[in-house]
Amino acid sequence: MWKYANPANFLRLANALIPWTGGITALLLALGLWGAFFASPADYQQGETVRIMYIHVPAAWLSMFCYGVMTLSALGTLVWRHPLADAAQKAAAPLGAAFTFICLVTGSLWGRPMWGTWWVWDARLTSVLVLFIIYLGLIALWQTIEEPPQAARAAAILTLVGVVNLPIIKFSVDWWSTLHQPASVFRMGGPTIHPSMLWPLLVMALAFTLLFLTLHLMATRNEILRRRLRRLSIMAARGETPVPSPEIVESAR
Amino acid sequence: MTRALAALFKRELRLAHRIGGGAAIGIVFFLIMVTIVPFAIGPDLNLLARIGPAVLWIAALLATLLGQDRLLQADMEDGSLDLLRLSEIPLELIVTVKCMAHWVATCLPLIFAAPLFGLMLAMDVDALAGTTLTLLAGTPALTFLGAIGAALTAAMRRGGLLSAILILPLAIPVLIFGVSASAAASGGTIPFATPLLILLGLSLAAIALAPFAAAAAIRLLGE
Repeated sequence: MWKYANPANFLRLANALIPWTGGITALLLALGLWGAFFASPADYQQGETVRIMYIHVPAAWLSMFCYGVMTLSALGTLVWRHPLADAAQKAAAPLGAAFTFICLVTGSLWGRPMWGTWWVWDARLTSVLVLFIIYLGLIALWQTIEEPPQAARAAAILTLVGVVNLPIIKFSVDWWSTLHQPASVFRMGGPTIHPSMLWPLLVMALAFTLLFLTLHLMATRNEILRRRLRRLSIMAARGETPVPSPEIVESAR
Repeated sequence: MTRALAALFKRELRLAHRIGGGAAIGIVFFLIMVTIVPFAIGPDLNLLARIGPAVLWIAALLATLLGQDRLLQADMEDGSLDLLRLSEIPLELIVTVKCMAHWVATCLPLIFAAPLFGLMLAMDVDALAGTTLTLLAGTPALTFLGAIGAALTAAMRRGGLLSAILILPLAIPVLIFGVSASAAASGGTIPFATPLLILLGLSLAAIALAPFAAAAAIRLLGE
């Protein structure tokens, strides 16, 4: 872990990984979308609208997975003072907000034909909406505090406080009787989805996870470069001449 | 240590009393919130009686959150927060005492005023008593959660609104159980005690945990 505390090492790793994860993401997305829209059957009750599931469910998983990544990064910032943890945390917040937004929008589009309403105030929907607001609050906090180290600590504390929401989202469908259906993939006694629908769903979930990984690596890399640029411009303003570092030249190419 | 904390408690109360009208301004805000609602939705007494507990709760939530930046900002600006940090008393206890004083100065007057304003919303006696009791049980959670937001935004010049945005999502469970307990008080399918006990649990958890988060924020951001 500490080898990549050096940003140059991390940049090298990220530059090597991104083409691979990006390529595999594209392949899996193509396979998953083909499976979701052509290969899998329509539902006997829901008809064609069931295909929204292949976007909605992976986005929902990723919205929570992303918060998990941010929680680990927050621990990395506060406990181990790992210098990359806060860059990773800052990079993950907009991605998490985007996945949560996709989850809410597709859920709303799916709810209209199935439940007859765009939105209900049940526990699952409300807790995901709260997650979305927490993401927005974190982004606002990052943008309001000017000094990156201070912003990182503030965001890390808020992330750890907000983590109470994750179990509420996960178990809301079990604790309260909601309109939203209970878990049907990861449950005791195996999934209740037919295999012909399960495989495109799992492929899409894997594709979304790799998409997140690729975008996260890219965003973390951008954050490191942005900070370096900030440092360089401060030095330039002071009249100091910075030593040009080979990684910047390399990654700017 | 107890004497020092008692002195701090008194100092906070005195400051709240002398600067900016103290409790009066909170009650006026509360009154305005209660006055706005009948104008907005029309003076239908049945409807007002039904949504009365919710109106009182929203008014209390907003009054608490919007006043929260006062908790630390003044101390941050004049440097007394640095002195408090240098003392031998743990910062967590200082935050706890400051929150308690803040609650006494801002929330307790609201709780005393709530039955009076409830009458203006045509609430019956059961609903009035229930709502007042739930406010008493639930507002400590709001104050202590708000301390986290206040600590995170203390160094900012205009942190009040951001603090409210950060803390509102965390305050939603308090609002849910507060309003459902108030509704149960004036007749309903669930017994009054169940949501009230959850509300008390939320308050106790916030009192026990929030000072650590707030103190950590003050310490880390002050470095």
